[in-house]
Amino acid sequence: MSSENSHLIKGATGDWEVVIGLEVHAQVTSNSKLFSGASTEFGGAANDHVSLVDAAMPGMLPVINEECVKQAIRTGLGLKSEINLFSRFDRKNYFYPDLPQGYQISQFQYPIVGEGVVVLDMKDGSTFNVGIERLHLEQDAGKSMHDQHPDYSYVDFNRTGVALMEIVSKPDMRSSEHAKAYVTKLRTILRYLGTCDGNMDQGSMRADVNVSVRRPGEELGTRTETKNVNSIRFIGQAIDHEVMRQIDVLEDGGTIDQETLLFDPKTGKTRSMRSKEEAHDYRYFPCPDLLPLEFDQAYVDTLAKDLPELPDEKKERFMKDYGLSNYDAGILVSSRASSEFFENVAKGRDAKLASNWVINEFFGRLNKEGLEIGTSPVSADQLGGIIELISKGDISGKIAKDLFDIVWEEGGDPAQIVEDRDMKAVTDTGAIEAIIDEIIANNPKQVEGVKEKPQLVGWFVGQVMKQTQGKADPKVVNGILKEKLGL
Amino acid sequence: MPDLLDLSIAEAREGLDNGDFSAKEYTESHIKEIESANKTLNAYILETPEKALEMAAKSDERMAKGEAGLLEGIPLGIKDLFCTNGVRTTACSHILDGFEPPYESTVTENLWNAGAVMLGKLNLDEFAMGSSNETSHYGEVINPWRREGDDAKLVPGGSSGGSAAAVAAHLCVAATATDTGGSIRQPAAFTGTVGLKPTYGRVSRWGTIAFASSLDQAGPITRTVEDAAIMLQAMASHDEKDTTSVDIAVPDYRKELAGKVKGMTIGIPKEYRVDGMSEEIEALWQQGIEWFKDAGAKIVEVSLPHTKYALPAYYIVAPAEASSNLARYDGVKYGLRVEGDGIDGMYENTRAEGFGDEVKRRILMGTYVLSAGYYDAYYLKAQKVRTRIKQDFDEAFKDVDVMLTPTTPSPAFAMGEKSGDPLEMYLNDIFTVTVNMAGLPGLSVPAGMSASGLPLGLQLIGKPFDEGTLLKAGQVIEQAAGELPKPTKWWA
Repeated sequence: MSSENSHLIKGATGDWEVVIGLEVHAQVTSNSKLFSGASTEFGGAANDHVSLVDAAMPGMLPVINEECVKQAIRTGLGLKSEINLFSRFDRKNYFYPDLPQGYQISQFQYPIVGEGVVVLDMKDGSTFNVGIERLHLEQDAGKSMHDQHPDYSYVDFNRTGVALMEIVSKPDMRSSEHAKAYVTKLRTILRYLGTCDGNMDQGSMRADVNVSVRRPGEELGTRTETKNVNSIRFIGQAIDHEVMRQIDVLEDGGTIDQETLLFDPKTGKTRSMRSKEEAHDYRYFPCPDLLPLEFDQAYVDTLAKDLPELPDEKKERFMKDYGLSNYDAGILVSSRASSEFFENVAKGRDAKLASNWVINEFFGRLNKEGLEIGTSPVSADQLGGIIELISKGDISGKIAKDLFDIVWEEGGDPAQIVEDRDMKAVTDTGAIEAIIDEIIANNPKQVEGVKEKPQLVGWFVGQVMKQTQGKADPKVVNGILKEKLGL
Repeated sequence: MPDLLDLSIAEAREGLDNGDFSAKEYTESHIKEIESANKTLNAYILETPEKALEMAAKSDERMAKGEAGLLEGIPLGIKDLFCTNGVRTTACSHILDGFEPPYESTVTENLWNAGAVMLGKLNLDEFAMGSSNETSHYGEVINPWRREGDDAKLVPGGSSGGSAAAVAAHLCVAATATDTGGSIRQPAAFTGTVGLKPTYGRVSRWGTIAFASSLDQAGPITRTVEDAAIMLQAMASHDEKDTTSVDIAVPDYRKELAGKVKGMTIGIPKEYRVDGMSEEIEALWQQGIEWFKDAGAKIVEVSLPHTKYALPAYYIVAPAEASSNLARYDGVKYGLRVEGDGIDGMYENTRAEGFGDEVKRRILMGTYVLSAGYYDAYYLKAQKVRTRIKQDFDEAFKDVDVMLTPTTPSPAFAMGEKSGDPLEMYLNDIFTVTVNMAGLPGLSVPAGMSASGLPLGLQLIGKPFDEGTLLKAGQVIEQAAGELPKPTKWWA
């Protein structure tokens, strides 16, 4: 755990501490909506996925989608949270054209998931715990469209009623780095669980960012809430901007208004949406159309049993079973796909070597080409084949990189390629000796020089490699050279 | 041949099965009667004679093939709170102008599946909010009954005033209705008809326009207790589309009518002897007690100590739910839209013009009691009262099978008599709201006549899902009361 003081911000009048809490809205992965059978598919023509219930036709009633409940429980388990066997749906009442019922069905007083924790791995190798306050299920709203007609706005109810999990953190974060790491980790966990696709650009995940500042050790300051920030980078920008704005206001002798803000990605700034005076009175009350949500511990246990291995546990296992460093293991488990790719490469092979190759060569190349594991031209089997050839000493590290390039560009079985293209390392010491003898004979000046400056042996190694097209084992070459040159 | 309009469902089914008359003839006679009477009584706000004849013709076909359903060829009136596919449904509110649902409510679907015929949509208080059917956007319903020697127009009660008046005036053999605080039983009592409010969850609410979701329950208004049993049989179902509907098999209610009353215990809740109860209501209640004694039932006094809090608590819970349920009528999607300055202006104009005064009053009350700072004092407190009321009934029902009370504190009153005073109007529900608050079944049966010559009803309250016992007890009153007078047909 890094020290508290490292997060303080120096103002003109002294240090400030930043306090951040996030409410993340994560769209539940499910085929149909929270209370209706309509499809949750993204896209489609406006109002293509709208049932009578979604459109709030008179007399229509919500019926809970059990799959969404299971997904919320799975998520709660993944966040090491308490699962509430009794929870209840409430109505949050307000008027807006994209809210056809005139209320959102949500869980106010009794959420399905209670307190938990998310562990962050910070860049300096430390860990940082962010508490989870609660997770509840609620309906998403539709979308207003203001660009369809000169005089009217239109509404699209496709998203109306899609299940959201609102995941509320405790105000534990102290910097935008924490907040970004938290959302990244949360997204990783949700993706591992398969409970939310985490696609922020499609609006599947978005955050309301609560920020306040205070003098270290003092009471919490007044917070502002920046609504619906839809990328991790923007979350960082919104926090940084809001922190500086609040410090400026306070240092000028002003006070912070408790208000709701919007983040403008174009300017990187926040601006006021509504003040506390304009805040809605949502008139929450239990939704009389739905019975309380009740299930027993056995139901939760069954879901827990089928949970996939999660990133924290997986990282521990990678460190223990494969002897990887905390840092390397952290990178490999950052997505389910990358961890699975690594394990396929490492299976029965040199895991350390596999980890280096996956992280440096493979991920490096993917990044460079803008590809993902799913669209990679090199499979785990192919990369594993290369690792095997290195381990057996059939190829040197340098040749391995060439081989990787060939497999990437042209495909094929690495062992076969090495065979076909005569890329095997030269391990015949007699042949290497002959080459060295020839080089020594032809270059008396260099032989003179190396006797005075032993590091010039590198030149000889280079010559040998050149003549063997890199196939000679550098260790063997070095040994013979030292002997022959009397070093 | 008897006058077809005078038949009960049971009698008509027999006549249809015997081939005494066809479904078409039976339906036609009702259509004709509606044509002549409805201008005056205003029970129907939409007549669907073509649809009725089409459905009747199909009934005749099915009967010819020996495939008669429980309600085959029975012409019904449908309260305009039930959504009917392709047939205008308005809740008698201006705000649902021209709304034609593309779906059929579960209740009406069940009725059509049983072979029933739809004559049209019946008038009600706007969004079922009212006890006199004076708040309808389509005008008041006139009670077929008049005081002796007095031409003053009387209210039929509400909110199912159209349903009760149509059944009483023989403009249909039975009608669907809904009851949130007494809206089936009070108009039944005011019109000399039988009104059954089933246990909450017995009948699906899907496709029925919501007033107060935790209290609303659909049921029938009929002219006999047996008909109420038949109607409930067809209306009730477990519906996966309504999670508050209960998965309990629907019994054969007609069979349960045959059971014995002898040895049954009838509870008389002492708290229902309210101050200022009229002598004739008191006498009617006593008469009812005697009838049950004569039938061999045991009479015991029971106590429901929280009764006096039921009405105020009801007028918190029901408006609270209504204020939220009616938020969807915003001019955006269907029904009335009145243009305005921006979206807020459109909302304000639409809802100002679209809702009547009583609906606005309840939305205001409901919004108030749910507001921050008031929620605990009103809504939460009312819910606690509701729990106590339920516990009162649970306790009392340990010792009794059904309870007997008056349905209303008075007979039908004159139009305009109470519409200026909401509080006095709300007091109409004093004997009926407790039943909704506790989710129990309640039945109003005609039991006698007032000094002014108007029908009076007695209410029976049953245990949850024990409508069978309730109906059986209802027949004791029906049989003991004997042939009661009918309204003189002044409207024809």
